[in-house]
Amino acid sequence: MDYIIKIENVEKSFGNEHIVKGINLDIKPGEFLTVLGPSGCGKTTTLRLIAGFEDPDAGEIWIDGKSVSRIPPYKRDVNTVFQNYALFPHMTINENIAYGLKMKKVSKSERLARVIEALRLVQLESFGDRKPRQLSGGQQQRVAVARALINNPKVLLLDEPLGALDLKLRKQMQIELKHLQQKLEITFIYVTHDQEEALTISDRIAVMNKGVIEQVASPKEIYESPSTKFVADFIGDTNLFEIQISPTNETNVVNLFGTKVGGRIREPKSLTKQNYLSVRPERVKLLAHGEEAPYFLSGTVEEVIYVGSFIRTVVKLQQGQRIVAMMPSKGDHLCLPGDRVRVTWKEEDGIVIGQ
Amino acid sequence: MSVNISTPVRNTSIEKKKKKHRFKPRLLILLIPPLIWLSVFLFTPYVALFLNSFWRVDFGTIVHTFTWDNYIKFFTNDLYYGTLLKTLKIASLVTIFSVLLSYPLAYFINFKVKKNKQLMYTLVIIPLWVSYLVRAYAWKIVLGQDGILNSLLISIGIIDKPLEVFLYSPYAVVIALTHIYTPWVLMSIYTSLEHIPRNLQEASKDLGAGRFRTFFQVILPLSLPGVIAGATFAFVLAMGDFLAPQLLGGTSSMLISNVVYSLFGVANNWPLGSTIGIVTLVLVLLILEVTHRLEKRTSSFENVKEQKGR
Amino acid sequence: MEKTSRFDWISTSLKASAVLIFLFIYLPMIVVVVYSFNGNAVNSFPVLTWSVKWYGVMMNDSALLASLKNSILVAVTGTIIGLFLGIPAAFVVDRFSFPGKTIFERIVLLPMILPGIITGVAMMSVFVMMRVQLSLTTILIGHGTFLIAVVMTQVYARLKRLDRAIEEASMDLGATRLKTFFYVTLPNIKTAVIGATLLSFTLSIDEIAVSYFLTGRELTLPVQIWAMLRRGITPEVNAISTLIFFFSVVMIVIVTRLNREVD
Repeated sequence: MDYIIKIENVEKSFGNEHIVKGINLDIKPGEFLTVLGPSGCGKTTTLRLIAGFEDPDAGEIWIDGKSVSRIPPYKRDVNTVFQNYALFPHMTINENIAYGLKMKKVSKSERLARVIEALRLVQLESFGDRKPRQLSGGQQQRVAVARALINNPKVLLLDEPLGALDLKLRKQMQIELKHLQQKLEITFIYVTHDQEEALTISDRIAVMNKGVIEQVASPKEIYESPSTKFVADFIGDTNLFEIQISPTNETNVVNLFGTKVGGRIREPKSLTKQNYLSVRPERVKLLAHGEEAPYFLSGTVEEVIYVGSFIRTVVKLQQGQRIVAMMPSKGDHLCLPGDRVRVTWKEEDGIVIGQ
Repeated sequence: MSVNISTPVRNTSIEKKKKKHRFKPRLLILLIPPLIWLSVFLFTPYVALFLNSFWRVDFGTIVHTFTWDNYIKFFTNDLYYGTLLKTLKIASLVTIFSVLLSYPLAYFINFKVKKNKQLMYTLVIIPLWVSYLVRAYAWKIVLGQDGILNSLLISIGIIDKPLEVFLYSPYAVVIALTHIYTPWVLMSIYTSLEHIPRNLQEASKDLGAGRFRTFFQVILPLSLPGVIAGATFAFVLAMGDFLAPQLLGGTSSMLISNVVYSLFGVANNWPLGSTIGIVTLVLVLLILEVTHRLEKRTSSFENVKEQKGR
Repeated sequence: MEKTSRFDWISTSLKASAVLIFLFIYLPMIVVVVYSFNGNAVNSFPVLTWSVKWYGVMMNDSALLASLKNSILVAVTGTIIGLFLGIPAAFVVDRFSFPGKTIFERIVLLPMILPGIITGVAMMSVFVMMRVQLSLTTILIGHGTFLIAVVMTQVYARLKRLDRAIEEASMDLGATRLKTFFYVTLPNIKTAVIGATLLSFTLSIDEIAVSYFLTGRELTLPVQIWAMLRRGITPEVNAISTLIFFFSVVMIVIVTRLNREVD
């Protein structure tokens, strides 16, 4: 089978709010797919539609080749890790994890064996008899994962599972989840608003905005070759400039403020009436005195900020716009505010995208 | 009203807003049994009371012909509307006293008590659920002719024979009703004080406001919804009381509900009794509506919550 | 220095008034308790002789004991009615949106908000019009009706705070709606249900305004006490009141404990 989950033209509204506006998404077996977007973009609703907590107004969802549109959540072969874990507060950790098996009428002895195995998987062997509130956030998170995995679902849905953890723990858990997923070879659908997290753990990322999926691609492609202005802007920092595209455009050259600079058109058909040139700050180069470049823009250094491993330099261009450059802090030449500088970038680092 | 439950706030997910006007089978299974009970035993009686109020009595039997007579009688006869005005006056006094008594105690427990705060609060609201009759009756022992107050005053030598003014007077009714309904007001004010973030007081002092300024500019306005809700409770409950006045008040301190009581009892004029019942009911609903709006307008926290829910 | 003395003055007067108000709330009840042990038939001050004889009188008062039995019967059945109709009503208000919902809520709450006498006479009118004999059953109907509102508000308050995600988690793990209710929802609103039960029972035992109009030949305890009071003060009432007082206190302490456990 090509797809474990197929979402086709799915729409969902709550009252007058059109939350999901006809999305299409194919998810491959065993892949780690992240749905990334700002809050309110419809990503959680998408997940809830897959889990069965909401019914789509239109469109169709297939899980493992079966249409599930009218099938209640308890009959779907997917399990969810909830945002705030949603552990049953009145049950012990053992009882929480065994819950799914109990509902499937698995025998008590088998239940016990599988709970122990699940606890080992998430390294919480000695916590089985405690209540959820006696565990730390990170531990609760692991219990939630163990509870969801014990039914051997075809797909695991994770709704911002690390949102409540502090930064350090979150980074550690990202790695753990990724390893777990690779070990179990289960499809993970992971919802987050944290672009860094998405880039770290995903095989593929679906970027959502205002109820629409804007791009689905690997982290590298999403970052290096965003398909829309929103994607370029939302994932990482970028310098965006409005540009005009003429039909007689030379390849890999665009006209910015009357200067011809490097920029490749990602996909000619994705261009719209209004187009943009996106250059990542770390791809912007400040030319040293006397250094040659095929093209450059001139300006004045406005601000130099030291951010640990990088130096962030803001240059005010002659034309009035600003451009940000990030350079390793061990760089050879350091500018000071007020210095006159020239900036440039490689042809392939300037990306021309539509709205 | 503090029992307003029309807007459940849910914060599990911003993206989840279920507003579907559809009768699901699950809803019907849950809704129909209480709905049937309430229509038969609650809605019907109120409707019957309303219909009754337009009938009249002829030689002790009810004549089922439509008439405005009862309403005309109510609003022209001093015995009826006068009693209503007197009732409103007494209920107002009770409300004012309850608030004046409740606020300092609620403030004290909330801001000044450090240890055993929960215990103190429990002690204060216990009387809320302790037998109404016991509390009304207690005042009869205290204020009665052979009661504690009289014998105390005699033994001290202030008076030489028992005074009757304590019992069987509007004062006794006001005192007893204030005593009975103060815990309601207390609970309401305490809850609203409890919801005021501690740092607001500190912020106000930090900005240079003194203790009095902090109280009048910050604490009092923020607790106003609680005061209004509690005062409404006290007013409405005091207004409808008929047992305490009967037990403690003389004939001169009969309230509107005592009139209803006698019309449904010895006077045996149910239609007129129903009319007064309906007038009271409408008045109560009006008061509730007005104070509910006042509460909403003075509430600073609810707005924040609503914005968050967007 | 000056500032501290002003500070003290405000605090002290606040403390003093708090104590006085506290006394005002409790003194009358303390008086009742103290005078239930008064050997004299007149409630005068000071108490001259102490005795428990009024408790003895109370225990031999057959009419009083009969009314207590009636009250317990009404309170138990009324509470059951309140639970069976109030819990579904709480779920309806918490979970669903339908036309007429606001009116439904308002009507449920009416008997809690309106003066008891109005609900009492309204119900009585209907029963008499429909030629239903007033009896314990009619009192029970009256109590059941306002206990629905009591249970509904108590349970609804808990449902509102319940994390709905745990119910979704249950269904996600393969439990049907019914199983989810019994395994997940009910255990988590258990204390509210127990609290509502105790509260309903206490309120029913104490209720008089509605009962008064719906009483037939058999009286409930408060109606019986009321009748005794109207005949004139007897110290026996002090003894009953004392017992009722302590009963209420115990119940309320349990209810507040239960409510606190959750927070």
